[in-house]
Amino acid sequence: MSEPNTPMFNVQIDGVWHQFPKGTRVIEACEQAGSYVPRYCYHKKLSSPGNCRMCLIEMGFPRLGPDRKPELGAGGKPIINWIPRPQISCAQDVSEGMAVRTNSPLVKECQRGVMEFLLINHPLDCPICDQAGECRLQEFSVDFGNSKSRFLENKVKKPKNIVLGPRVTLDDERCILCSRCIRFCQEIAHDDVLGFVDRGSYTVLTAHPGKRLEDNYSLNTVDICPVGALTSTDFRFKMRVWFLKETKSICTSCATGCNTIIGTREDVIYRQTPRENDHVNSCWMCDYGRLNFKFLEAENRLLELQIRSNGKLVAADWPAAIAQAALQLKQVTANEIAIVASGRMTNEELWLTSQLAKSLGVQMIDIVPRREPGDDILLSEDRNPNTNGARLVLGSTSEPGAKLMAIAEAVKSGQIKALVMLKENTMHLGISVEQLAQLPVFIVMNILSNEATEKATVVLPACGFAEKHGSMINGKGRLQRLNRAVRPPGKARDDWEILRDLLQAVGGGDSLSSIDDVFRRISETIPHFAGLTLSKIGDLGVHILEMEELPPTHPSDEKAIEQAVAIQARRRAVGQQVHEARKALGVAID
Amino acid sequence: MAVTVPRPRLNWRERLYLPAIVAGLAITFKHFKNMLLGRTKVTMQYPEQKWDSSLPDHYRGAPALVRDEDGRVRCVACQLCEFICPPRAIKIISGEIPSADRFAKVEKFPEAFDIDMIRCIFCGMCEEVCPEQAIFLRKDYAITGFTRADMVHHKEKLLEIGGVMHGVVLKWNEKK
Repeated sequence: MSEPNTPMFNVQIDGVWHQFPKGTRVIEACEQAGSYVPRYCYHKKLSSPGNCRMCLIEMGFPRLGPDRKPELGAGGKPIINWIPRPQISCAQDVSEGMAVRTNSPLVKECQRGVMEFLLINHPLDCPICDQAGECRLQEFSVDFGNSKSRFLENKVKKPKNIVLGPRVTLDDERCILCSRCIRFCQEIAHDDVLGFVDRGSYTVLTAHPGKRLEDNYSLNTVDICPVGALTSTDFRFKMRVWFLKETKSICTSCATGCNTIIGTREDVIYRQTPRENDHVNSCWMCDYGRLNFKFLEAENRLLELQIRSNGKLVAADWPAAIAQAALQLKQVTANEIAIVASGRMTNEELWLTSQLAKSLGVQMIDIVPRREPGDDILLSEDRNPNTNGARLVLGSTSEPGAKLMAIAEAVKSGQIKALVMLKENTMHLGISVEQLAQLPVFIVMNILSNEATEKATVVLPACGFAEKHGSMINGKGRLQRLNRAVRPPGKARDDWEILRDLLQAVGGGDSLSSIDDVFRRISETIPHFAGLTLSKIGDLGVHILEMEELPPTHPSDEKAIEQAVAIQARRRAVGQQVHEARKALGVAID
Repeated sequence: MAVTVPRPRLNWRERLYLPAIVAGLAITFKHFKNMLLGRTKVTMQYPEQKWDSSLPDHYRGAPALVRDEDGRVRCVACQLCEFICPPRAIKIISGEIPSADRFAKVEKFPEAFDIDMIRCIFCGMCEEVCPEQAIFLRKDYAITGFTRADMVHHKEKLLEIGGVMHGVVLKWNEKK
């Protein structure tokens, strides 16, 4: 990450000399050298207040002779003058000749002492604490602390179970006053609502009077909380973390494509947490995206295949439904078919859709654009995760979404006899249910049922983002990978398999037996994907598309303040919307 | 690698075999005498007779949930027993204690606590791992049922077997 011509400094860590670029924090240098220094308040994406004192180390500098040159000892190495007291390693950068000891007797004694002080008022809550299992205090207590408590006095009692905001619950007794959450709110979310009040042992974390931690990034404070003080109200008491199977994936709620870890147990998703990727989302993600997974278990989830027979929808099996869909599509001419795909589909699915359109000779094909207010942190205005994928793969000549209104008009006027809706709700097109009922052929592939699916001639239950493997291109042109975290429920099937079968049934698409085959075809035909495979994309993605960068703006101070206020208001509004939506439905889609 | 085990070297008495035969017959005659005098107990008439009273203290029977002297279900649904259980017999769904409750401070309780007694191997790991002294292996051994569903002990059944436990640490009562 450093510039190529950054000066390098020689630093001795635990007796071994290393080289680090100028500007490296001592704590980071130690970690890179393989000597992990425990820390609570330090977070590499936030400022260093140095208030937890856990990262104490011994530091020294070369002894200088009368000529101001380092005196050399045996072996030609400089003799180190050690500072006679411990130093914190999180608030200092490396410098030339610096020497560090991370496991000397003094350092170990300091760590034991700091741990003992931190645990003095910490409750023995571990059996009911959601952080247990991923708690820094537990881990460092084992690694660096004492096995027994010498504290005989009564612990300070502090408020528990405080609702800090719509999505965050605070337990003040567990707080070790590291101030990570406060700094996150100030530095990243720019919504300064948290702070410490009172003094000494009685210091507590609280929200400023009249304010709530309700911006759209509040749940990141739960992630960075090293203990169980800040807990997610949504995840609270739902599942112990050691049961969760962690699948690396990406968020599909907007075009940013934040890297995530999906925590699941026995095919149930319990939480999504951000995964570090400095090219995309740093260490953060927004609450809206994080909680947007409940629709996968919604009551109106499509679990059964259905075919219309004598005016009624009846259950079917996969071969029959695919055959029926193909038969219906062949009964109309190519000009009478329209395909509405979705910007939420993966590249592989969009490519198969384009092949289906090609095979049928369909021109009327587009995706539904989804534009809503974004913010300047992570949330993109484009709420489709794969608009760029549609741009590259779908094979449409116009911009995604440009033909949509023409398609809607054609359906209304009766020019279109067959409509194929893939992962979208027809309501977005402004087509009424009555008009849909008039359609001779209306094939729906979706996750959730709605009024439109009732009017379909064939209903194909498909998979949600956590149930499939595939790739998407985010708003900045980065190709990233989705991974399967849970198995699809009921008879729902992988979208790409459904499209492949449909493609074969209408007379195209051969020898596509795995999703890797589909990706190989894409990489052979589309130059941006050349030389890539799904496994080569890796966990952090590959940049494949140069997007036009907006010119940087330099607003005047007044304008900047005005903008900041507006952004803050908007972000709060989005946070509120998420809260309302969750309260109403537990679902935040469509 | 083959190991040659040396045969024991017998002296002349042992090689004669007669003293051993006499000693064996003596035991046989002792038992014969005891039987004639009605001193030998051959069979316990289970289930009319039960051996409960002679079960040792460390006997590992059915696992059960206990209440403490205050009547609180001691389990806080930490799910460590579910995690440690080798045959995965335990299934817990946790709930939140409402803030108006007398034990609101404990915050968490098991909404559902199922032990599948077909799976349970009576190993006692759940009792050992429990940080709350909430689950104990009791002396119940006759666990029967007509269906698989019958063999799942739900929370009520577990509490019924467990009863009240005296002398456990009451860590939630006072902050220490």
